[in-house]
Amino acid sequence: MGKAKVKRASTSIDMTAMCDVSFLLLTFFVLTATARQPEVLVVDTPASSSPEKVPDDNVGIISVAEGKIFFSVKNPNVREITLKNMSQKYNINFSAEDYEQFRQLDEFGVPIQNLRQLLSLPNDQRTESIQPGIPVDTTETSSNELYSWVQEARRATIEFNRSREGERGYEDPGPMKVAIKADAEEKYPIINLIIETLRNQKQNKFSFVTGLRSDS
Amino acid sequence: MAELNQDSGKGNKGGKVRAKKAGGKVDLTAMVDLAFLLITFFMLTTSLNTPHAMDVAMPDKNKMDANDNLEIADNRSITLLLGSDDKISWYYGQLANPIYPPTTVDYGKDGIRQVLLRMQKEVPQRAGGKDLIVVIRPSEKSIQRNLVDILDEMRIVDVKRYMISKINSDEIEVLESEGLFND
Repeated sequence: MGKAKVKRASTSIDMTAMCDVSFLLLTFFVLTATARQPEVLVVDTPASSSPEKVPDDNVGIISVAEGKIFFSVKNPNVREITLKNMSQKYNINFSAEDYEQFRQLDEFGVPIQNLRQLLSLPNDQRTESIQPGIPVDTTETSSNELYSWVQEARRATIEFNRSREGERGYEDPGPMKVAIKADAEEKYPIINLIIETLRNQKQNKFSFVTGLRSDS
Repeated sequence: MAELNQDSGKGNKGGKVRAKKAGGKVDLTAMVDLAFLLITFFMLTTSLNTPHAMDVAMPDKNKMDANDNLEIADNRSITLLLGSDDKISWYYGQLANPIYPPTTVDYGKDGIRQVLLRMQKEVPQRAGGKDLIVVIRPSEKSIQRNLVDILDEMRIVDVKRYMISKINSDEIEVLESEGLFND
């Protein structure tokens, strides 16, 4: 070893900072991934290769699982107007408190007679087991509550869109779209009831909600 | 490497038993790798979770004819009867006098898709250039996944004309005789 002693540069990198950044990113993705209202009704949709996505506004979603039908209107304002229309049609009065709760209720599956009761419960007690589903049949009368809900939601959408026409830069998104989110194992008859309910009110175009199929 | 320094202790224990101390340096590279793996996982699963929509268009409801029977040429139409147990029974032409009698086939690339591709070539030859029409008749023992799979096949094979209509009792008998009408 002579006088020229080359100081060996340290080749190890301090990974602490990298570790911090990566955990920060991870936390961000974990939180944005799951921050949505827990689904009341768990529906396992079948897969398809269709690339179109379900729109996140101006749509009404009919969920079917275990023979129960749940309904959800995406836009809270339209939701409120829908309830007003239904309240008139079925002659049931809702309080201001009920309307406020309904605005925040994503999805529900009870006959309209029991809706006030459902709205009075706190959110975590509105489980799937106490909700028997929305009644549906082959008629167009008030016994087919799904028919009424879809029809009133469509009317509410038109009313809401018309009320926004005056706004600057507002483009009318058109009539409400309808999507059917049915569990993969659900038998055909109940889906047929829903399709016929839609056809009876001339809603001939609708979508099935599916997951993305990766292969084949 | 980041170091987590531990107190190296107050010197070794005297005597024969000497506990081996772990070096005070912990390499964090592995942890960073794991963190990036988890990030990638969450990034990908959230984009895969967004529900997709498959559009369906039904014809106008004809209040007079509950069975939605439209007039279609026999030599252009194949009818798919969706049975139970993930199987399809298909026939070409009219059930009373079929060009190809009912045969059972599976879903998927090796089953119904082969049938559809074959008929897509054959029908124009038989019907003077006109293309294939597919009539889909789900039975009450079929499930949502069957219907979605068939509509997906329509998309994949690019069938221009198809319709969903009501199954009749003769067709149910066909399914029963082929053992495809179970719960």
